[in-house]
Amino acid sequence: MSELRIEATKENLDDVLMFIDEELEKLDCSMKIQMQIDLSVEEIFINIASYAYYPDTGMAFISFESENDGSIVLISFTDTGVPYNPLEKEDPDITLTSEERQVGGLGIFLVKKNMDEVYYKYENGNNVLTMKKKIK
Amino acid sequence: MLNINTEKNGNELTFKLSGRLDTVTAPELEAPVRNDLSGVSDLIFDLKDLEYISSAGLRVLLLAQKTMNKQGKMVVKNVSEEINEIFEVTGFSDILTVE
Repeated sequence: MSELRIEATKENLDDVLMFIDEELEKLDCSMKIQMQIDLSVEEIFINIASYAYYPDTGMAFISFESENDGSIVLISFTDTGVPYNPLEKEDPDITLTSEERQVGGLGIFLVKKNMDEVYYKYENGNNVLTMKKKIK
Repeated sequence: MLNINTEKNGNELTFKLSGRLDTVTAPELEAPVRNDLSGVSDLIFDLKDLEYISSAGLRVLLLAQKTMNKQGKMVVKNVSEEINEIFEVTGFSDILTVE
């Protein structure tokens, strides 16, 4: 298992994605799946950076592990900010026209679509969001 | 890191994007989308060298599409397979004109 403890700020997004990409490259992950994972990681990390400690900032703890000889990855995010389950956010209606659609609101939807499983729990003062994806 | 190469030809405006369109870089594209579309009847996004798009980038594309609905047309071209799949999943394939 690899871990990254980092201040949850937008400016640190590149460092977070670099950490994830390094791990995925070790597992020979395809570019397509790497992008699906990266954009899911971006949404969750940016959510923590934007809301968890607002108006202050705080830390995020990210862990990466693989299972089944590197064919499944599990990424989890922990923060000690306000309890918040992003998975409860209602999915956008993607059948509307461009006029009718709201800009934004796609982030968590993309996480749900791109990951095989996503779980949230609030435990001992921590928000813990875990996502799982089969990569080969 | 995002690079935006802008080409203006009469009423036609092209944004050629390379690099990553994410939460950090999307505001760099949102500024010209909000400020530089007046008088533009044809807007083209060339995504040939775009490696990555997240929801923050999709948001700016939708913003541009909404503006162009009122004043002309918008085309997105040279979309990679990876990005096209994000368009499919989010319904953007139906609301954007992808060439």
